[in-house]
Amino acid sequence: MSSKVVDTETAAASIKKVRPHPNQNEGLIFEKSAPGKRGVEIPPLDVPAVDPLAALGSEFTRDSIEGFPEVSEIEVIRHFTRLSTWNYAIDLGMYPLGSCTMKYNPRVNEFVALLDGLASEHPQQPAEVSQGCLRILWDLQNCLLAITGMGAATLQPAAGAQGELAGLLMIRAYLASKGNARKKVLIPDSAHGTNPASVVIAGYEVQNIRSNARGQIDTDHLREFVTEDVAALMLTNPSTLGVFEERIAEIAEILHEKGALLYMDGANMNALAGVTRPGDFGVDVMHLNLHKTFSTPHGGGGPGSGPVMVKKILEPFLPVPVVVKKENGQFALDQNRPQSIGRVRAYCGNFGVLLRALAYTLAYGPGIRQATEDAVVNANYIRKNLEDYFDLPYNLPSMHEVVFSDARQKKHGVNTMDIAKRLIDYGFHPYTTAFPLIVPGAMMIEPTESESKEECDLFIDAMRSIAAEAEEDPNLVKTAPHSTRVGRLDEVAAARKPILRWKP
Amino acid sequence: MRYLPKSPSERKEMLAAIGVQTVDELFKSIPEKFRLRSPLPLPGPLSEAEIVQYFQARAGENGRGFTSFLGAGVYSHLRSVVTDALVQRGEFLTSYTPYQAEFAQGTLTAIFEFQTLMAQLTGQEVANASMYDGSTALTEAALMAERLTGRNRVLVARSVHPEYRQVLATYARNLGLEIEELQYTQSGQIDSGALTPEKLANAAAAIVQTPNFFGVLEEIPALATTAHAGGALLVASVTEPVSLGIVRPPVEADIVAMEGQAFGVSPSYGGPYVGVIATREKFVRQMPGRLAGQTTDAAGRRGFVLTLATREQHIRREKATSNICTNEALYALVATIHLCLMGKEGLREVASQNLAKARFAQAELEKIPGVRRVFSGPTFNEFTLEFPRSVKMINSALLRDKIIGPFALGTQYPELTKRALVCVTETMPRAEIERFAAALKKILETPV
Repeated sequence: MSSKVVDTETAAASIKKVRPHPNQNEGLIFEKSAPGKRGVEIPPLDVPAVDPLAALGSEFTRDSIEGFPEVSEIEVIRHFTRLSTWNYAIDLGMYPLGSCTMKYNPRVNEFVALLDGLASEHPQQPAEVSQGCLRILWDLQNCLLAITGMGAATLQPAAGAQGELAGLLMIRAYLASKGNARKKVLIPDSAHGTNPASVVIAGYEVQNIRSNARGQIDTDHLREFVTEDVAALMLTNPSTLGVFEERIAEIAEILHEKGALLYMDGANMNALAGVTRPGDFGVDVMHLNLHKTFSTPHGGGGPGSGPVMVKKILEPFLPVPVVVKKENGQFALDQNRPQSIGRVRAYCGNFGVLLRALAYTLAYGPGIRQATEDAVVNANYIRKNLEDYFDLPYNLPSMHEVVFSDARQKKHGVNTMDIAKRLIDYGFHPYTTAFPLIVPGAMMIEPTESESKEECDLFIDAMRSIAAEAEEDPNLVKTAPHSTRVGRLDEVAAARKPILRWKP
Repeated sequence: MRYLPKSPSERKEMLAAIGVQTVDELFKSIPEKFRLRSPLPLPGPLSEAEIVQYFQARAGENGRGFTSFLGAGVYSHLRSVVTDALVQRGEFLTSYTPYQAEFAQGTLTAIFEFQTLMAQLTGQEVANASMYDGSTALTEAALMAERLTGRNRVLVARSVHPEYRQVLATYARNLGLEIEELQYTQSGQIDSGALTPEKLANAAAAIVQTPNFFGVLEEIPALATTAHAGGALLVASVTEPVSLGIVRPPVEADIVAMEGQAFGVSPSYGGPYVGVIATREKFVRQMPGRLAGQTTDAAGRRGFVLTLATREQHIRREKATSNICTNEALYALVATIHLCLMGKEGLREVASQNLAKARFAQAELEKIPGVRRVFSGPTFNEFTLEFPRSVKMINSALLRDKIIGPFALGTQYPELTKRALVCVTETMPRAEIERFAAALKKILETPV
């Protein structure tokens, strides 16, 4: 109606209200609660009612739950929708977290995971009425074995870290069956923290080994460490620097000569799928993170799934149960495995995640190689366009990710975390900061294949612009982000006096 | 390929910018002999429509259209469509672990609410941001008790979920953690007489489940008193948390290890679910798993961050409290939304309906000659029955009537052959309970 041009920022600032609207300042659900409200109605009871107090007695019954929320359906919808808008997500843009493989999560995977007849199935129901679920597990197992070139698989571990543990326990059981479970597991200093933590639960000692000046395993150094006491080397390949271990076959040989095994952390399998197979280059045990390479959603921290693939010699030690195909073509769960390490989780693992990973694999088929190639092209394209602006501590061929350091920006007092936080203002999620530990001030960037050239170019522009800001206006970068609902949060105070729940 | 956003010419352009002729040059660090020369033998590629077809075909090979009386750790409950609509929002579904707090306040706030709800339900002071499931939560609770007491033995009730005990055994085997099992009595409850001072003297914890695997509620206050007198902790596992709508929470337990699947998470053939550990505030630094905590920004605005990370593997490596990294955040969100919808009254009503339906079913089934209740202790939505014939035979006959029968206890408990655990929740119509009773009666009347 009015033809006047309004400066929106001034207009927003001029709004005078008694309180900001909740969609600008959403509280906790408990703060919206009022007695008598409810968000769901239950169909009426069609059998005689039973009074809990009379049936169970006062020693087994409780009064109403103090502080429990009482809200209506629309309030629940608005509350969680508002909260969701405070998150960044792959659906919004690039998520260049190195080592996390934040790729597109196909929507059809979500659709099929919720199908009646799949989501509804009970894990203890008889095999006669579980053939569909068992076939899904069987098909996925075969796909993962084809991709990794390994001999046998378990889909039970609930996440990568649990896969590590299951793999290490199989190594221990195998070595014990040969007469000596051994004492130590070797771990390079560039490894994920889960590796050493898993080693301890498997009952082994951690022996850390230093990477060489090229960020790779020093094979001479390794030879000294591999004794009859060493059960295995846990190796991430490509390493957390995004670099392939060029001497992988020699590494495997050094271990095998002394009767030790090679464990590969498959966190970075997105660089290899369809291009090379770990089973071919000497790996004995490996896990995959289906919530990385196989596109299942991270969901704000989980669920994951960590299938473990082993060479045939380790098959007797797989966790129970094992999915088998009988002579009549029917699928079954084999519980009778006398040499098994036992169970690492109840039931058959995170079936809903496994199912999504199969949907992803079927979508690509042999074309999965193209995804790998695009991921590697994106990482190298970003590297090429940023290497004049940021320090590249290890000048080796990058695969699916590239690790810069903040060495050049540090001269202006700007560190990797500052740059990461500033990226938020440019519309990107930060890259991985301060990891791997062998790179001080690490900036670990993994774009994945899901990013278009345009999105990569936008990211490159943002990073170059921040590099300029670090020189011209370092304080702007150091106080970022400036565009989020809350500024940098006081993590020290949070840990000193932890407030871990709401109280009335 | 529909998931890949590059045109052939863009790929060429990018390769040129990198300074290589072919994409193969980018893989030259992989020794030539290990590079695949032929395409992998994988099924596909499939279009979206074909993927849906494949999974619909699989769904048709399962138990669709069957009525199930299985519980035993996994429960079918009413779910609101609101829950799925909200968790399917890409902002929740496709976001990462909230390490960058300013950009993840949605997830962090919801986790804080989850921790609060779990603490309120269990009667504990604090709860973590989730574990993989109930079985690993129980196992981690045992390891936590070991750290807290410095004792390396745990007493575990045989009435704890058999698969949970198997997981604990797998973890304990190489950690020098000894496991001793405790028997149950005719009530179905733990034999508290077996909790002698001698046994407790060097035990880190007594571990029980309530309602236990036979569906019977344990007397937590008395068990806690006994355990504490012996210097041990009490760990309580809860696999059916809907019970907490009416059942007294295990307040006196020192650690509660819970499976939250019953709060709006589909059975989904075994996972993903959502484990929880809840405990006393003073034990929080020995607790595994992520925690969200409240804090402020420089302007004094309330916000939430992941906190006490010095317990975790990415900081402490081999000295961490656990190797857990990825958890079950999305399903913690499902449980949070589900419980907010249910609310104080809804949860109580659902729990009461479970009790009523189970009692009705029990009475109907006990009318059948030869069918009788096994344990005398108080139950919630599951109960153990004895049958005059093998449960395996009964269950395969029931399948013909499109009924998935109760959980046969004989496989896990040799002394309980011909006994089965029946589960009835609020989702089971009265007519189906009656149909089950009639089918069972007919089967038992048929000469062998």
